Amino acid sequence: MSELNLKQASRKPEGLAAGHRLCAGCGHSIVVRMILKATRGPTIATSATGCLEVATSIMPYSSWNIPWIHNAFENAAATASGIESAWQAQRKRGKGPLAKYETLDVIAFAGDGGTYDIGLQALSGALERGHDFTYVLLDNEAYMNTGIQRSGGTPFAAATTTSPAGSVIPGKKEWKKPIDDIVIAHGIPYVATLNPAWPMDVMRKSRTAFEVEGPAFLHAFIGCPRGWRYPMEKTISLSRLATQTCLFPLYECTLEEGRPVYKLSGPSAAIARRPASKKPVEEYLVSQGRFRHLFRPEKRDDLIDSIQAWVDQKWEILLEKAGV
Amino acid sequence: MSEKQTLMGMNGDESVAYATKQVNPDVVAAYPITPQTIIVEKLSEYVADGEVDYEYVAVESEHSALSNCVGASAAGARAFTATAANGLALMWEITFIASGLRLPIVMAIVNRSLGGPINIHNDHSDSMGARDSGWIQIHCENSQEVYDASITAWRMAEHPDVLLPIMVCLDGFTLSHTMENVLTLPDKVVSDFVGEREFITVKGHMGETELRLNPDVPLTFGPVDLQDYYFEHKLHQIDAMKQALKVIPEVDAEYAKISGRSYDLLHPYRMEDAEVAVLGLGSTMGTVKYTVDQLRDEGVKAGLVKMRVFRPFPSSDLVDALKDIPAVGVLDKSLSLGAPGGPLFEETMATLYHLPKKPLIANYIHGLGGRDTGPQLIRGVFESLLEIKDKGEIGDPMNYVGARP
Repeated sequence: MSELNLKQASRKPEGLAAGHRLCAGCGHSIVVRMILKATRGPTIATSATGCLEVATSIMPYSSWNIPWIHNAFENAAATASGIESAWQAQRKRGKGPLAKYETLDVIAFAGDGGTYDIGLQALSGALERGHDFTYVLLDNEAYMNTGIQRSGGTPFAAATTTSPAGSVIPGKKEWKKPIDDIVIAHGIPYVATLNPAWPMDVMRKSRTAFEVEGPAFLHAFIGCPRGWRYPMEKTISLSRLATQTCLFPLYECTLEEGRPVYKLSGPSAAIARRPASKKPVEEYLVSQGRFRHLFRPEKRDDLIDSIQAWVDQKWEILLEKAGV
Repeated sequence: MSEKQTLMGMNGDESVAYATKQVNPDVVAAYPITPQTIIVEKLSEYVADGEVDYEYVAVESEHSALSNCVGASAAGARAFTATAANGLALMWEITFIASGLRLPIVMAIVNRSLGGPINIHNDHSDSMGARDSGWIQIHCENSQEVYDASITAWRMAEHPDVLLPIMVCLDGFTLSHTMENVLTLPDKVVSDFVGEREFITVKGHMGETELRLNPDVPLTFGPVDLQDYYFEHKLHQIDAMKQALKVIPEVDAEYAKISGRSYDLLHPYRMEDAEVAVLGLGSTMGTVKYTVDQLRDEGVKAGLVKMRVFRPFPSSDLVDALKDIPAVGVLDKSLSLGAPGGPLFEETMATLYHLPKKPLIANYIHGLGGRDTGPQLIRGVFESLLEIKDKGEIGDPMNYVGARP
């Protein structure tokens, strides 16, 4: 990876300017700004329909200091593949407006709805075709833009407006779709998970994603104070807790001789070395209103235990994959 | 003076592919669907044989085909795709986005009836369903027209006063799979004619730039456009359609100089003293011409108005062509279920309504699901029109020709 440090990053102009209308405490702008600090040079981005898109591009204003396009909801990967194809064709021919760029960082930003659900087909197609682009999943675990509806990325038991915590059914009945495994199964050169609580890790992984030849997939943990019902100043601490409980482990997966090679990143590697430092999921769950029904009116230890068991098992599987 | 040309035996799909090869756009993104498949097969073969250097993107759906074209075209590339029927229906969402973002994408539509029930044969239910999407639509009568339109479309779409995507429509199987003689221009003549894509200059939030995703001077494409701006942006598209009515004949005239083949928005045929006339689109117009010739030999004053450009709708030319004709029959190869008539009929009626003296106009729905419309059926349409002319009234304007009762 080419050199990237905090000093350089701080001097680099913002790719996403202030003044956008994302909620205070929203994880989107935090992560997107970090990612854009890691671009190598010429960059074009596209966003799927969603919070990030609507809050950053309200005509006649734009927060995007890079060329940016919104096409539709389910096609961020297809749009990005078109941008990349345009660049490849023009570079090969040595003519056309993009011909002069030696590198072009093509980024597709999409939320969990646009990735786990409606955009999965376009994503799979673009990964299979091997376009040289970086897909960023900004995972706030529900359709927040339309008012907190459940997606394939919503965790088990979370209350959303379409998986409400009722008197009979306690929130979402299904487990979170294993999107990273699905993506990794495509055999792409780079997959990594990002957490804004570790900014240098986010930037380093982003730079790696831009540098690899072929598709790269970044799965970012995006706290949503409004949808998850927690105070806006807690976004970073809650994000940190997600990794400390192993609910959202940080790792990279590269492809070596056709095999996926998993490597745990700093905070998750530390837990692997000192398993006692792994925090219980209850600590994470209790701090969010979307899980309030697990604690009130009566504590649902059965559900909390099953979530803990699920997290433990996923973590064990990841440790096996990482050879720990 | 026209250039030296080569006579080739090609079907309609091959004519699209050959013209597109000569244009050599930057990006071709497509998904196979009958009866468009020959186009994508040919365009892939050219790549496999090293005859072209465009990027061929074998996408996983039509939705992604057009989405890919939107990304490519916004990034400054020439982008091409082709589809039919349900493929176009799957693209529907993105057709509006492509035109709303003013992206001059060229798309061949190999017209096929839209399921269900599923049917692979020709009618116009697919492209008619996209008639409000903001795309220019050129309907071709034969493979020569397909070849020519597949070249001129780029200049029309990319014209700075237009900047709209174009559908080049050809009838499935009737044209797509039927071998015809096609005169083709030399590669160099085609590439000189289409030239390089030009861009208009705009003032963006970070300075003046060409209208494209420019890493040096960034623009924002496809922003959230609410009550305060959306309406005006739609007015811009309306204006672009009006401009296209001027630009299309200009490009056609320029093309006539190199090809010797002249095209117009509308093609009247033996209309000088016609008393009964048919208006329609596509390959059936060849059959109508044949029938008109026969009827003329028999002393019937029959005529034809072939509409080549359906979007933008050539209202003023249509008024000129039809205003003095006593009885007009509009051939529609699609339905608007629950509407007063077929799409071409309704728009013709709306166009002529304000004339102080107007023709009697009846609608003849034909050819749905690929049902053959032969000369006998067309003769029947003219006989019906003669009766309307003599009676001076229409009765029920809706006729379903070639359908069992």
